[in-house]
Amino acid sequence: MNKPSTATSTIRLGEIAHARSGDKGNHANVGVIAYTAAGYEFLERALTETRVAEFFLPLRPRGVERFALPGIGAYNFLLHDVLAGGASRSLRIDNQGKTLGLAILEMELPWPANWDAMTADAGQMEDR
Amino acid sequence: MGNSMRTVRIGNGAGFWGDNLDAPRLLAEAGRLDYLTLEYLAELTMSILAHQRSRDVETGYVGDFPTVVESLLPTLRSQPELRIVTNAGGMNPAGCARRVAEILAVGDLADMRIAAVSGDDLTAAIDEHLAAGEVFSHLETGQPLGDLRERVVSANAYLGAAGIVEALANDARVVITGRVADASLVLGPALHEFGWDQNDWQRLAGATVAGHLVECGAQLTGGMNSTWTSETPLANLGYPIAELSEDGTAIVTKADETDGRVTCETVSEQLIYEIGDPAHYLTPDVDADFSQVALEEVGPDRVRVSGAQGNPAPERLKVSLAYSDGWKASGMLVVAGRDCAAKAKIAGQMLLDRVQRAGFKLDRTLVECLGAGDSMPGIALGTGDPWEVVLRVSAFDSRRVAVERFCREFAPLVTSGPPGVTGYTGARARAQRVLAYWPTTIARGAVTPHVTVKTATEWTT
Repeated sequence: MNKPSTATSTIRLGEIAHARSGDKGNHANVGVIAYTAAGYEFLERALTETRVAEFFLPLRPRGVERFALPGIGAYNFLLHDVLAGGASRSLRIDNQGKTLGLAILEMELPWPANWDAMTADAGQMEDR
Repeated sequence: MGNSMRTVRIGNGAGFWGDNLDAPRLLAEAGRLDYLTLEYLAELTMSILAHQRSRDVETGYVGDFPTVVESLLPTLRSQPELRIVTNAGGMNPAGCARRVAEILAVGDLADMRIAAVSGDDLTAAIDEHLAAGEVFSHLETGQPLGDLRERVVSANAYLGAAGIVEALANDARVVITGRVADASLVLGPALHEFGWDQNDWQRLAGATVAGHLVECGAQLTGGMNSTWTSETPLANLGYPIAELSEDGTAIVTKADETDGRVTCETVSEQLIYEIGDPAHYLTPDVDADFSQVALEEVGPDRVRVSGAQGNPAPERLKVSLAYSDGWKASGMLVVAGRDCAAKAKIAGQMLLDRVQRAGFKLDRTLVECLGAGDSMPGIALGTGDPWEVVLRVSAFDSRRVAVERFCREFAPLVTSGPPGVTGYTGARARAQRVLAYWPTTIARGAVTPHVTVKTATEWTT
């Protein structure tokens, strides 16, 4: 994996984490799992409720809640009322929010100094 | 951990109604299972089944299951210890049991004991419960059910593992339930095998985590995983197996020589799938805390799951209620050529204008341009200028006739719209009944599971 461009000084969330999303009534949940402990620590500061709410602004979330799962190094985000009525009432092609997990992995975050310790390759060497 | 600890192997061969019909047989043949579970019920499945039953009283269960049982006949004969636990009963567990009994009887398994677990269906008793003081307020908004009562199609309380345990204790080899919490399909066999105390919250939570992990089938074993690359074949994807230990921990795995993988990456994604607060994963059996769950790869495609904590089961049971809420339809057309995304948007608007000119002002409409980023509206990046897109137009209205009129407007766009419109035969629009979801609760004491265990012969006579 190449280092991120220092000209932009950002990384893509997908370089240090993976994700899955789904529906809970009219809410969507987006779980983001860091590949490494260093990445999880970084996300505590970088992937805040505010940042996630801003990213999903086009879906007009009524609120965003973040829950920690330290055992697997993950944060679960509950996006309130973003599914246009939920599975059966929504007219959207993605009526269950299945694509939101892949979307969030495209989020740009400020480049952390210890980026090398956070990637998937680093994760494979770590005992987790 | 001593090696002497007892384990029970539970494989889940279905994650939803419509899942791969061959998966249960392949899993049971290769999985060395004690139990095969089959999970079929999503939030609104019950209302679809209720609608079926309203037309024919012998239906209302998941029709996939009898087909699966037929495919499993040789396995059931060669593995006399294998038991099946499923929520395929839907709105009619007894009807499902009768159909399965017919298949078993023809398949030389007439003595096999089949259980029907009911008691979850509150549909016919709603007024009694309202009179007794239940208001069925919406779990998220707090709004009372009120006038929507007239439009209720189905209402089902989520039962826990108790009915399954009772059925297994009565030597049922096939347990067919109605609305039971998904994870209870796994917890039931665990309680039966290990004889855990009903208040042993930590162990109950452990088996509940395992149940949650396997409930969506192939999503645990590499399907839908965001780290997937083409190096991992998925065509012969192995369905998940949970090896539960007496101490409440589990190892999740899949059958040897199947595609997919079971790693910390696939298991962690399923752990957080469709959950809210991980510290409170509520089932009728336990208030499970997933937040400290840890995963460890202990072998190829073997991940140990530990660290679940449990708190006492919630006072009230969740109820999944559905009400009839108008009609909707979606249709698709391909729009190709230069500036196709812009052309598609205009064509979609044109279609809606024509419906309005015909005298129907639709309640809600949506124009999507797939290929130009609209599956993630406003979020997707870097889609560039596509050469072709799929135009998808959708409408909702309380009047069926309005939605049917909308459906008629797709075909004319091929000749009376912008250039490059094609593919009409691909995905025709059809008016569908909308059944809206109303999650609510009911007092635990108001719901009683009912278990009937009989042989296949007895079910059919």
